[in-house]
Amino acid sequence: MALNILEFEKPVLELEKKIEEMRKMSDQLDISNEINKLESKINDLRKNIFENLTPWQIVQLARHPERPYTLDYIYLMTENFVELHGDRRFGDDKAIVGGFANLGDQSVMIIGQQKGRDTKSNLYRNFGMPNPEGYRKAYRLMKLAEKFNKPVITLIDTPGAYPGIEAEERGQAEAIAKNLFEMSKLQVPIIVVIIGEGASGGALGLGIGDRVLMLQYCWYSVISPESCSSILWRSWDFKEQAAEALKLTSQDLLRLKIIDRIIPEPEGGAHRDHKKSADILKGVLLEELQSVSKLKKDKLLDNRIKKFGEMGFFKD
Amino acid sequence: MAWFKRKSENIKTDEPKKGVTDGSWIKCDKCGELMHKKQWESNFYTCTKCGFHFKISSDEYIKILFDDDSFKEIDKKIKSVDPLGFTDTKPYKSRIEETIKKTGLYDAIKTGTGKINGDEVVFGCMDFAFIGGSMGSVVGEKISRAVDKAIKLKKPLILISSSGGARMMEGVVSLMQLAKTSSKLAKLDEEKIPYISILTNPTTGGASASFSMLGDFNIAEPDALIAFAGPRVVKQATGKDLPKGFQKSEFLLEKGFIDLIVERKDLKSKISQILNLIKN
Repeated sequence: MALNILEFEKPVLELEKKIEEMRKMSDQLDISNEINKLESKINDLRKNIFENLTPWQIVQLARHPERPYTLDYIYLMTENFVELHGDRRFGDDKAIVGGFANLGDQSVMIIGQQKGRDTKSNLYRNFGMPNPEGYRKAYRLMKLAEKFNKPVITLIDTPGAYPGIEAEERGQAEAIAKNLFEMSKLQVPIIVVIIGEGASGGALGLGIGDRVLMLQYCWYSVISPESCSSILWRSWDFKEQAAEALKLTSQDLLRLKIIDRIIPEPEGGAHRDHKKSADILKGVLLEELQSVSKLKKDKLLDNRIKKFGEMGFFKD
Repeated sequence: MAWFKRKSENIKTDEPKKGVTDGSWIKCDKCGELMHKKQWESNFYTCTKCGFHFKISSDEYIKILFDDDSFKEIDKKIKSVDPLGFTDTKPYKSRIEETIKKTGLYDAIKTGTGKINGDEVVFGCMDFAFIGGSMGSVVGEKISRAVDKAIKLKKPLILISSSGGARMMEGVVSLMQLAKTSSKLAKLDEEKIPYISILTNPTTGGASASFSMLGDFNIAEPDALIAFAGPRVVKQATGKDLPKGFQKSEFLLEKGFIDLIVERKDLKSKISQILNLIKN
């Protein structure tokens, strides 16, 4: 457990431990006043820390090993999830999961990258780095959703598409390009949520939708801060500057009009309370689904292409 | 035992060696062959000995592909701004200004309309010389407008890629250019307008993961590097030796990701041939 505590989380966690100890003693002594005082001190401290997070600290939160992953959200938010496997071409990529499920009282297709929580499950999930068959599975499932007229929800959480020899042989670039192309004209609503790491093309391969939402402590960019540092500064030591320069936080992305909405996380981050995170996300998804479902199909598709067609900054 | 023997090791002349540094000679990057510039130009900027295709600019492709004086550039002066206020070892703004001065280009793609053996097409060609042919907002916007033009004129679209990928200094905004170009191409597809993608050395990262791979016809020049993650990244990530010819045009043809490999000298006639076959 101790390994999974980030440096800037420590002061709060230490105080929380203290409270717990005091509570144990409170059978013998009346110290509720002290406990209350300490609790409000924790709240202030946490607020102070989390309101002043640096972009690099946010990257660390997005990668927190106890953060809820796609399947956690699926199990906490939905019922009757039936996971579907395989791209019908090559194999079943474990780094992308998907299937039909009930969200509230409607049936949806929900797809996302899946990380593992320990070495064994991380090897099984390839650390959440999909191969081409993962993107092709996602595409197949989206077409299935289209056939049965069910909306699609994608949950993005990946350190990137896998840069392996076989991935290249099987057309990683084509698999991602094809998804961008096909998602642009999929005849059902798509809601995209970045729930952790959104690294480059590997993230975008599930990232075209009518609404693009982002959890508060996530990052989404063209490259990871580490790789950016190694390429532009020619050293791995500038990751904090790179994180700053890349403008990769949810606040930045909202300002740049890349995302439509920031979804708040429980106090201290999603990893502190999976259930609460899932409840918040579920509420937002139901609301967003209702609003996109109102649009006629033609309008929906026009808007989607227009939305991405307008992204960019230039001087004419 | 040799049949005959030279009397001296080398032929000796009294004159001093002549220099070849007056700029009219070109050395092949691959085999080292020396060619006269004129010879190299008339050979479509490829090596006269080994056929190596040199990286060339959009102006040179325009000369090779278009009927005389038929090419008309559009959206020439769209320029990059600095949406993130990005600074690495130098500010992005000054990097752009310096590159514009150095290359005489406004950004990494030139677009326009013109005629190829009499057929009007909408055309875009990337310039690797402009920050590694990187794809930022300007590249995205110019491709997007080229698509609109092709739809409006109901003419085929041809794009030549030469790109290291997304332009890092525009961060997530450059990533969104993959989304932008691909969704505009989806619209072009719905209109049933042909799109020929020509992949040249190199076409990697963001370009290959979007518009470059989405042609109705994907044509590659010989021996071009075409990849999602470049060879250095793959090697670093896997720690394995890369197979021979990995990520080269011939490899991609074999794996099924491009339709054909066409030498630069045949590019114009091959495009015409295809356009004629799919004409109404």
